[in-house]
Amino acid sequence: MQLTRFLTLALILVACSPAWLRAQSYAAADIQYGAKLFGEQCTVCHGGSGDAVAGVDLRANRFKRSTSDGDLRGVITAGVEGTGMPPFKFEAPELTAIIAYLRNMRTFDQKNTLIGDAARGRALFDGKGQCATCHRVNGRGPRVAPDLSDIGALRTPDAILRAMVDPEAEIRHANRSIRAVTRDGKVITGRRMNEDTYTVQLIDEQERLVSLVKSNLREYGLVRRTGMPSYRDKLTTAEVADVLAYLLSLKGL
Amino acid sequence: MKTNRAILAMLLTAALPLAARAQVTPTRLARAADEPHNWITYSGNYNGHRHSPLKQIDAANVKNLELKWVFQANSLQSFSATPLVVDGIMYVTQAPNDVVAIDAVTGKVFWLYHYAAEPGRLCCRGQVNRGVGILGDTLFMATVDAHLVAIDAKNGKPIWKTKVGDASNAYGMTLAPLVIKDKVIVGVAGAEFGIRGYIVAYEAATGKEAWRFYTIPGPGEPGFETWKDGGDSWKHGGGSVWTTGTYDPELNLTYWGIGNPGPDFNAAQRPGDNLYSDSVVALDADTGKLKWHFQFTPNDPYDYDSTQVPVLVDGTWKGTPRKLMYFANRNGFFYVLDRATGEFLQGKPYVSLNWARGLDAKGRPQTTPQPAGEATYPGPLGATNWYSPSYNPNTGLFYLSAWENYGQVFDAGDPIEFREGQNFTGGRLALPPGAPAMPGMQRGPVNTWHEGNAHGTVMAIDPVTGTRKWGYPMHDVTTSGVLTTASDLLFVGGREGYFHALDAESGSLLWKLNVGGETAAGPMTFMAEGKQLVAVAAGHSLYVFGLR
Repeated sequence: MQLTRFLTLALILVACSPAWLRAQSYAAADIQYGAKLFGEQCTVCHGGSGDAVAGVDLRANRFKRSTSDGDLRGVITAGVEGTGMPPFKFEAPELTAIIAYLRNMRTFDQKNTLIGDAARGRALFDGKGQCATCHRVNGRGPRVAPDLSDIGALRTPDAILRAMVDPEAEIRHANRSIRAVTRDGKVITGRRMNEDTYTVQLIDEQERLVSLVKSNLREYGLVRRTGMPSYRDKLTTAEVADVLAYLLSLKGL
Repeated sequence: MKTNRAILAMLLTAALPLAARAQVTPTRLARAADEPHNWITYSGNYNGHRHSPLKQIDAANVKNLELKWVFQANSLQSFSATPLVVDGIMYVTQAPNDVVAIDAVTGKVFWLYHYAAEPGRLCCRGQVNRGVGILGDTLFMATVDAHLVAIDAKNGKPIWKTKVGDASNAYGMTLAPLVIKDKVIVGVAGAEFGIRGYIVAYEAATGKEAWRFYTIPGPGEPGFETWKDGGDSWKHGGGSVWTTGTYDPELNLTYWGIGNPGPDFNAAQRPGDNLYSDSVVALDADTGKLKWHFQFTPNDPYDYDSTQVPVLVDGTWKGTPRKLMYFANRNGFFYVLDRATGEFLQGKPYVSLNWARGLDAKGRPQTTPQPAGEATYPGPLGATNWYSPSYNPNTGLFYLSAWENYGQVFDAGDPIEFREGQNFTGGRLALPPGAPAMPGMQRGPVNTWHEGNAHGTVMAIDPVTGTRKWGYPMHDVTTSGVLTTASDLLFVGGREGYFHALDAESGSLLWKLNVGGETAAGPMTFMAEGKQLVAVAAGHSLYVFGLR
């Protein structure tokens, strides 16, 4: 009986955990993105295996000046005075990714399956994936769904990936769709931009900025489901990886 | 007919608050008076009138004004912006360079765009911003680090960014861009650090430069002969542009006030008139080509920046219909020019001054340099400054905030050598003999000035005679712009923290409220859900008033 309960519990934990995306406590997509950035930015000094600087072995996951991820962030962004380590300017998600990679260098599987090719991803975004029918990028496309022009500077690869495969779980509060009915029966739906106790601000389906006073409404509530489909089955894993690469390349102005 | 259209527009807005509205087209910008519920360009209209055809708030009910909402800026910089209101949405900047979209009825924010300026910038005297321009669904903001940014008005995302000047070399921008047809026009500031100024137009769609007019001409260009030192003084000749210009669609000319020459106070090291410093220039809006210029203060040793808004009025002059320009200059004279030709028609002092005894037949000042140690009036911050004037077509009067009895002792000092990134004002300023402290650019936390050393006056000038019709004196100096309405109300703030409504005809006080902070911008008015509201920035907040 006890064994059954234990197995059931273990099964539930495994089923609930997005383990297929993660390695240890760092998300697989973040680690892979970190590996890519590390390859572009860090290998000149640290080498591909992280041990090219005398006395520094990044693979060991033990650092001279850092214990926590916050320490690592500090070293990367501020540099180390008196050494060859300069300060780097990374967007927050990039920093998260590099640290995720540093923590997992030793076990990292070089086979990159989660982050694909940005050019192919762009074609999928505009074409087969039909992302551009709702999302706007760099001044082009509708504003019904969130503008993604700088999504690569705002969200980690893991968060973007989860939004693509499980949008219901990942949608942010500010982007929830809402439905309101005025006292004279007019129905207003749109994407929430801001809300407080008495009012709500949204962009409606005609892309108008609308501000509503709740006391003037007959009905008001969140729309349970997002209009964003899951791409788990709509695109192949490789295609999702390509779209992710494209989205990560969008860093805004 | 015009009034009918305006009423229709108002009714439509009131009845259909959620109805689809057209984008802000060049035609709408040129006919801003047809949609008085909106405020779609810096001065309210291309003429620079800062006058609204709205009259719901009037002399009888103004006492019933109450606070509707406040936008508190997350910034300790001076709140110098005039908001735009387009069909119920307000767009305003939070210093130095954030843009906020606000519901004009509730004051709640739709979105905020934060612009991170390059570090190490030198410009400007105050990290401020005077507001945005709009075309279509795109907003345009000029930044303190000399970039022009196009921003999606619906969601606050930047669309393009163009470098206008070199921020590390003190080029910067604080003005609200002026949108004309398919172009966005801005100008650079930084004369106190030895820039060479320019006005520049960009394609609104792409940010590509369309034309550029140097406010300090270079070798081979007309006006270069007015830099007579034979050296390279023109390269650091100043000529900042930091207040939004105006536009006459019929003449297709855009008018801009140009700032002081550099170095500010040592005029001897830049002999000549120093065009186009302290001038107003008329430029072809399509090409940027100079049509005419008029210089108010040649070889200026007093920092009499001509950065005021050129006010355009179609009127009659000595019985003949003319396209006129009214210009209340920082040097203390009120000018009337023919804006088609630049011809000088009249110039009269609107404050007591002693730097010139008058103007000759062509408007050139007959200067009276003061003996060493004696005060010159007005002082370096001028008889007026960037804060907008207003023109009310009903009363035919011109209104402005002015500093009276304000002088300082100027000493040109030794020639100053230009050094990149260093102050390039030259000279020395001193208090008039026996005078207590003079008011400066920024007000301190307490009242530190006294009778006899400058005070502010809101005044009405009859442009035909050039004489003062009335004046409303304040104890402190004032940096507030002026708004008038078709109900002949005049709204104005001040440094003392009061927001006032005056009778535009008589200057008498109708209503006031202590909003507790300096006003360094012009008030504006608009209509939302059928009700007229008045907005004024004071301290670090924007206050919006409406009738009870």
